[in-house]
Amino acid sequence: MDYLYFAIRRLLQAVLVMFVISLIGFSIQDNLGDPLRELVGQSVSESERDALRDRMGLNDPFLTQYGRFMYKAVQGDLGNSYFFKKPALEVIAAKFPATLELVIGASLLIIFFAIPLGVYCAINPKGWFSKFIMGFSIVGISVPVFLTAIFSIYVFSVELGWMPSFGRGETSGILGWQSGFLTVDGLVHLVLPSISLASIMMPLFIRLIRSEMMEILQLDYIRFAWAKGLMPARVWFLHAFKNTLLPVITVGGVQIGTMLAYTILTESVFQWPGMGFLFLEAVNRVDTPLIIAYIIVVGLIFVVTNTVVDLVYTWVNPTVKLVGSK
Amino acid sequence: MRKFITVAAAAAMCIGLSTTLHAKTLKLAYDADPVSLDPHEQLSGGTLQFSHMVFDPLVRWTKDLGFEGRLAESWTRVDDKTMRFNLREGVKFHSGNPMTSLDLVWTFDRLKKSPDFKGLFAPFEAMRVVDRNTVDLVTTEPYPLVLHQATYIFAMDSQYYTGFDAHNKSKSAIVKHGDAFASTNASGTGPYTIASREQGVKVVFKRNASYWDTKSPGNVTEIVLTPIKEGPTRVAALLSGDVDFIAPVPPNDMPRIKKNAGTKLVTMGGTRIITFQLNQDRVEQFKDKRVRQAIVHAINNKGIVKKIMKGFATAAGQQGPKGYAGYMDNLAPRYDLKKAKQLMKDAGVEKGFSVTMMAPNNRYVNDAKIAEAVASMLSKINIKVDLKTMPKAQYWPAFDERAADIMMIGWHSDTEDSANFSEFLTMTPNTETGYGQYNSGNYGNAKVDGLILKSQSMTDPAARSKTLQEVEQILYDDAAFVPLHWQNLAWAARKGVGVEAVVNVMNFPYLGDLVVK
Repeated sequence: MDYLYFAIRRLLQAVLVMFVISLIGFSIQDNLGDPLRELVGQSVSESERDALRDRMGLNDPFLTQYGRFMYKAVQGDLGNSYFFKKPALEVIAAKFPATLELVIGASLLIIFFAIPLGVYCAINPKGWFSKFIMGFSIVGISVPVFLTAIFSIYVFSVELGWMPSFGRGETSGILGWQSGFLTVDGLVHLVLPSISLASIMMPLFIRLIRSEMMEILQLDYIRFAWAKGLMPARVWFLHAFKNTLLPVITVGGVQIGTMLAYTILTESVFQWPGMGFLFLEAVNRVDTPLIIAYIIVVGLIFVVTNTVVDLVYTWVNPTVKLVGSK
Repeated sequence: MRKFITVAAAAAMCIGLSTTLHAKTLKLAYDADPVSLDPHEQLSGGTLQFSHMVFDPLVRWTKDLGFEGRLAESWTRVDDKTMRFNLREGVKFHSGNPMTSLDLVWTFDRLKKSPDFKGLFAPFEAMRVVDRNTVDLVTTEPYPLVLHQATYIFAMDSQYYTGFDAHNKSKSAIVKHGDAFASTNASGTGPYTIASREQGVKVVFKRNASYWDTKSPGNVTEIVLTPIKEGPTRVAALLSGDVDFIAPVPPNDMPRIKKNAGTKLVTMGGTRIITFQLNQDRVEQFKDKRVRQAIVHAINNKGIVKKIMKGFATAAGQQGPKGYAGYMDNLAPRYDLKKAKQLMKDAGVEKGFSVTMMAPNNRYVNDAKIAEAVASMLSKINIKVDLKTMPKAQYWPAFDERAADIMMIGWHSDTEDSANFSEFLTMTPNTETGYGQYNSGNYGNAKVDGLILKSQSMTDPAARSKTLQEVEQILYDDAAFVPLHWQNLAWAARKGVGVEAVVNVMNFPYLGDLVVK
């Protein structure tokens, strides 16, 4: 019952948040520039442009435009992209797999490297390898992602010639999903972008896991475990590690959203045909319907991941009370 | 993967040798892919580059700014308002339909309806069918630029574009912001057809097997065009061998491409002028010719070319570049700080004043850096500049409002002719005629207006050239605007790709004639 109440509450909150996002997204469009400039050549006269603007309904008052937008939006129509001449949602959906695969690639790297390294640093805080990892993570956290990306292109594509320099490579379709995971070429193309994207999050997670684990290793129940004479592996990986994960999940959920933001940079350097690159291009072209649709879609992803994280959190740690439960 | 390509290439070559038909693929990376497959939807460099691949114009520019016939075999002047074009016989569209004079008239009528192109074709009354293979292009007044404009007439397949599409909309409709048949389908006479297109990701072109121009040396059978937005990535893709041909090339990477053993750089003086306009309606001092001259003398545009553009531009003293009708050799850049200070003194403003300046930061090569340099140069003659730079999307609305005292604008003449610069940049602004639409300086000179209007109906090239030179001289003496430089053009390619022969100052490479070794 508590769960249901919690879920409904979160759903209502989500709807409210989405409404606010749509309002903000819609109201900034006037400050993005004039979409007509990108649609016509430089010698087209102002009156001609104004006539087009009229036809597109851009001269209507704000509330009329917003009303029209919301009326269509609740029916699932977020308008047509000026540039792609297709429904904005369709355009974003077509680019979504590329971004998702990039995020998955980066997440896998983080999971497979950050967790073992973080745990290792917590267990052997004084070892030289731990010190090296901590030092290196400082560098990693302070180098901007686009620099990592450009640097890796120059080293691995131009100088060494091991990796492709741009794009997604060959993709193959499975159930309507064009995936790069299924071909060798697609996987090779994923390597550098995934590393670049992971590079910004990796140090954060190593440090987080390390400090959380070190803290937990000081707790009484761990001392009891040692006193009981349990095997070190059991103490570390079963008793300590499980509790280390709690804050990591919370931060991880929030960071998935941030990672989406970083895809904008990674994708534009690697000419990765995903949502982030699409958004940057849309801003440059003042493709307002696409910009608003992107903001709404990303907002939705944020809201959904956060809700899921809350649910998972309560499941992993039953001592946390559900918000609003009595 | 590299190995696989090598093996595949070797295999392809073996097959090629046995059949004497070499399959050549050109991997091409521009900063953007064509916005539409409709050649009349947007008047832009990208559209014209695309049009020259899939369509053919009546005539096209040669490297030395002359004309060569494409769909028109020959042309003759019938009277001072009529030009007669004899069309090539036996030309077929990609759909298989034969090309006739009816298609050209249909295309011309469509151009007259296109919001982007109708301005260019305003001087024309009509195109008329004479017989199956002959058309007359008629202007309302005697008009000197008939052939210039004929380079924009790319024959479209009228039968293919007639009828209704799946949404019951006319196939010929020009739609700027919605799905339309012509935006996503094409049938021209050009050297390439479109095999597949994923907008923003890649376009694959296949050689038109029944292309009429059998004399063309072009041997590329497939072109894969990938847009790569970021300059450094584009360059990296070329250096690593992932693509064969790139444009544009960021000036910073040029030495690298030249130094690299496997790649080459091809550059050419460009025709786009970068200028600043001094708004006389906003700043009282700018009404004084001496102050404007002082500003022109204070700006070291040769230095800007050398330091900021890395030599990748030509310092300018006038609007039109060399080769254009109005160009005059003696109108050179005139940096002279001493003289600038003297002029300020003569005008009684040696103490200086404060002005605002705006420039875009992603429209022209190094635009924001140039603006910063100019602002600091003006401080030497005590003009304090409050500079604001912004992305082009926000800049153009600000430009339309004339939101600052000094504004940057670059201009490329769509007619490849001197008069076009004045019509948009330096004629007195007039909302009714549309002249001076981009004259944010509000400079007005009745004599300039008169000369330009006169030049529009002068069909004697020598006399017309003289008139346009007179205009350049007046603008120079009046310091009507601040000329900076003409941006150069650059392409880079893998060695063995014969780009030198097909590139031109208009920046639409004739890829149909490209030879790849």
